[in-house]
Amino acid sequence: MKLSKKQVEHIATLCRIKLSEKEKEKFKTELSSILDFVEQLNKVDVTGIEPTAQITGLKNVKRLDKVKPFAKPDKLIEQAPEKKDRFVKVKQVIE
Amino acid sequence: MKLNELTAHQAYIGLRKKEFSSTEITKACLDQIKKVDKKIGAFVTVTDDLALEQAKIADEKIAQGEELKPLEGIPCAIKDNILIEGERCTCSSKILENYRATYNAGVIKKLKEQGAVFLGKTNMDEFAMGSSTEHSAFKKTKNPHDLTRVPGGSSGGSAAAVASNMCIYALGADTGSSVRQPAAFCGVVGMKPTYGRVSRYGLVAMASSLDQIGPITKDMEDTALVLREISGPDAKDSTCVQYSVPDYTEAIPWGIENIRVGVIKEYFEEGVDKEVSDLVKKAIKELKRLGAKISEVSLPHTMYALPCYYIIMPAEVSANLARYDGIRYGYSKVKAKNLLDVYLSSRAKGLGDEVRRRIMLGTFALSTGYYEAYYDKAQRVRTKIKREYDDIFRDFDVLIGPTAPTPAFKLGERIKDPLTMYMSDVLTVSANISGMPAISLPCGFVKRENKKLPVGLQIMGDHFKEEMVIRVASSYELRERAE
Repeated sequence: MKLSKKQVEHIATLCRIKLSEKEKEKFKTELSSILDFVEQLNKVDVTGIEPTAQITGLKNVKRLDKVKPFAKPDKLIEQAPEKKDRFVKVKQVIE
Repeated sequence: MKLNELTAHQAYIGLRKKEFSSTEITKACLDQIKKVDKKIGAFVTVTDDLALEQAKIADEKIAQGEELKPLEGIPCAIKDNILIEGERCTCSSKILENYRATYNAGVIKKLKEQGAVFLGKTNMDEFAMGSSTEHSAFKKTKNPHDLTRVPGGSSGGSAAAVASNMCIYALGADTGSSVRQPAAFCGVVGMKPTYGRVSRYGLVAMASSLDQIGPITKDMEDTALVLREISGPDAKDSTCVQYSVPDYTEAIPWGIENIRVGVIKEYFEEGVDKEVSDLVKKAIKELKRLGAKISEVSLPHTMYALPCYYIIMPAEVSANLARYDGIRYGYSKVKAKNLLDVYLSSRAKGLGDEVRRRIMLGTFALSTGYYEAYYDKAQRVRTKIKREYDDIFRDFDVLIGPTAPTPAFKLGERIKDPLTMYMSDVLTVSANISGMPAISLPCGFVKRENKKLPVGLQIMGDHFKEEMVIRVASSYELRERAE
């Protein structure tokens, strides 16, 4: 499948990656050739075959819904690029 | 023999007999790192303070006559996508360049309880995406057998560190080839356990239904030993199974009389180097002489594992890497004008080409209008591939073939064309797609430009039958040694 520049721009917006004009062209060509490669899966007949998400067969592994406090919350806040006191600073969300 | 050249089981005996101390082995490894890592480039971070402190604790225990645990006081290297509390964990990405782990991974917790010594964090392809370690944002690791060639990837740093005796053993992680292929290229042993055997808690997620941590070691006994110590349930990873862990070291002396070995026909076809397949065929003959029953098997769907992988893996990557938003941790373009711009610019600057390529590919495969044709289709093909293996394991104990289609390639040779790089994984991905355990161990050398390059023999087993894989691989290895 050949992707258009518009499709590449749409995908980049969905996954929140800014691309330069040059990068758009580059990824358009590269992603198209990878899609051509994976399309050989169309040769496989999957009629009546269920999808597999992971292979262990485990389903709905449960645990008690109990709060376990994390010992070092300050260490987590420390990692934030922008912070004020014990808060992570974020740009205005609602404009 | 220098102390850094020892295996873990040799080091254990020496420590117990007080022939040398943990501090001495640790210093020998750190000296070797200082001596050779400038040209090899295996480490992103060397944690010498931590290592010497851990070694000192082990030595004090030995001095007090406490019983020594099998990996106690023995120095190892850890792939830089596995968290060690308080230490840097970069995934060889700019976006995590200054990230410090706030907790220990499940396997690190287990190794710390063992009294292991951590020498440092090893280089890798950024977020484990690649087959040559050239996608690291920081440095290129060189193959110790030929410095103009790649060590394989993505656990190239770990494999190169073991091969050049900068550590006793190492941990890597394997999503499509990343433990086995670098082990093959560097001439060491690398094993991917069954999906669910080892906890993924604290392993930075790439493709969660495929990722699995595995040991990279100098011999089979160490593989059995390290795998035994890192395996087993973890309440923090719900995909890690509750099964009890066998003592894999016990499988080593069992021999392979009447063991049924299937030689995968498709693994010797077009695209596989003639000298590589000849060496693997020679190894198969030796297994036959050791009493194994050899037959050829055909797995018509196995070659669909690679295209299947290049839909499922990027889809999971696109979801897992959404967390790098420039807000809570990691690189951030803080001068951005609004919130959206923080996301767009941080991810544009912080993530490399291959990572962005896979995020976009996965986003596309999951997007409205394409989900059924790509992602859903791949998940169904996955079922088909897995069933084919499940069926074959009713008649066979292990399957065998080469690990990689070629020996180590040249630095720069495949980096420009993503698809050429992807083909490096063609013989290894099916073990991840179907979840089974697989190992790569050295089976000889081919000569290229007057340098001897190692070749890997791959042995795959049925789900949770790691001991069978280890048994066959050990028999081959011991047979080699007896010669």
